[in-house]
Amino acid sequence: MEAVFFITACASILAVLLICFFIFVNGLPAIAKIGVFNFLGGTKWAPLNTVPSFGILPMIVGSLFVTAGAIVIGVPIGLLTAIFMAQFCPKKMYHPLKTIIDLLAGIPSIVYGFFGIAVLVPFVRDTFGGNGNSILTASLLLGIMILPTIIGISEAALRAVPSSYYEGALALGATHERAVFFTVFPAAGSGVLASVVLGIGRAVGETMAVIMVAGNQARMPVGILKGVRTLTANIILEMGYAADLHREALIACGAVLFVFVLLLNFCFSAITEYRRRRE
Amino acid sequence: MKHETINRISFRQRLSSYRNNPLSFLLLLLVWCAMAATVFILLFIVFYILVNGVPHLTPGLFSPVYTTDNVSALPAIITTLLMVGLSLAIAVPFGIGCAIFLVEYAKKTNRFIRYVRLTTETLAGIPSIIYGLFGMLFFVIALKWNLSLLAGGFTLAIMVLPTIMRSTEEALKATPDAYREGSFGLGAGRLRTVFRIVLPSAMPGISAGIILSVGRIVGETAALIYTAGTVAKVPENIFASGRTLSIHMYLLAGEGIYTDQAYATAVILLGFVLVINFISSFITRKITKGQD
Repeated sequence: MEAVFFITACASILAVLLICFFIFVNGLPAIAKIGVFNFLGGTKWAPLNTVPSFGILPMIVGSLFVTAGAIVIGVPIGLLTAIFMAQFCPKKMYHPLKTIIDLLAGIPSIVYGFFGIAVLVPFVRDTFGGNGNSILTASLLLGIMILPTIIGISEAALRAVPSSYYEGALALGATHERAVFFTVFPAAGSGVLASVVLGIGRAVGETMAVIMVAGNQARMPVGILKGVRTLTANIILEMGYAADLHREALIACGAVLFVFVLLLNFCFSAITEYRRRRE
Repeated sequence: MKHETINRISFRQRLSSYRNNPLSFLLLLLVWCAMAATVFILLFIVFYILVNGVPHLTPGLFSPVYTTDNVSALPAIITTLLMVGLSLAIAVPFGIGCAIFLVEYAKKTNRFIRYVRLTTETLAGIPSIIYGLFGMLFFVIALKWNLSLLAGGFTLAIMVLPTIMRSTEEALKATPDAYREGSFGLGAGRLRTVFRIVLPSAMPGISAGIILSVGRIVGETAALIYTAGTVAKVPENIFASGRTLSIHMYLLAGEGIYTDQAYATAVILLGFVLVINFISSFITRKITKGQD
């Protein structure tokens, strides 16, 4: 029987190998054909022109902009909420709040996207101008979507800080707030960082919600109130009708995204490893 | 005996302390505002969807056959349930088997364990669109399964594998060693111990992981569009294409003329999520109660 369990344990290794193999084998030839610099550095994405050009720099920059926006919006609110949950929350409020945050994590991205179309797009259009489908809208929506990730992991990190830190600060005359913000919070630093890295991973990889609010114009970003297309959106929007080199280029797009995510994963496990060592 | 708090700070004392410490007061305000914002966002999303969607939950939305007039969600609901069943049927045995191997069989210093951990962590971080791409390239094209329930099911099974594995592993680790020792002491073998003693007592934790996976499967869109396809009727067998509720909603929202029905579909999806969350919090409470 041990052999059977061993085989099932191999499943995840096999899955990762297969995923790497199929994404890279199908994607890399296109990069070779188009040329690494033309592909990664080209600013024009026009796969259907008579002389097609396959530059994905607009999408790379688009993904980076949208993710950065999500971090700017989501991280401060998320961290402050995590601090509230760990150190400020009255006992009776904790369970309802936890339920709410879990619910926020459970809402499907398609529902978030629909909410974005129905509420955020008109809101941004009326408040800031533009047509509403913009980097700002996508950042707002992604900022909301990464909240549960950031809150959950940061809260756990804050709770893992020994209470002697907090008590020491109080004994030295700090107020509750100062003790929490200037001793407990820095002590939880690496865990907080891990939560942000995971949040970035979620924001970079999000597809459906972003498609619905970002405008999806395949051009270099021209302003935060203008539309943008992310790597993920590029794949899902064009895969349905793409053929030949176009299709391979889209898979290569996926490969670029995959490398990006693998790097983030690597950062995350490096941070967790560092935390484990320190304990 | 009644306990008395000796160093209770009165409201007035606290106020004067904040007057001396404006920074502290500012931080307190910030923290409460952030919490209020989070709660407000969730309640706003939920109530907005409910208010706009519930009036459109018409009987036509649940008619057994999909037409472009009624855009019935019922086939999509059935397909979603089929998809959940299929993905879990694949992922659960592998996830639980893997966890059993790691916790009950492998030596703790085994290098193999490290690779399994590393790959599960990697799988957990891969975005769904990459799973979709992989599923399309491997199951749909290389294995020639075409757009089918089976291709979608396998893709999602890989996606939820880390969730099930991790929760099972945690649950197995939380089972006291005394259980195992008692079982061995009575002459049971390792296999019998695992199936008769350890797994039953780890059941709440395992089911919590499974429930979480159900939530992910129900909400998934990007990984399914190019693996399970978008056909709007109940698939006849596992080699036929079918759309789940999330894909159904994506297509409705994209059409532009079915906004009302899209709201109603969102309500159904939210309903799923609420039920799943309720069950999982129920299970979690049961687990924590057992520990006390």
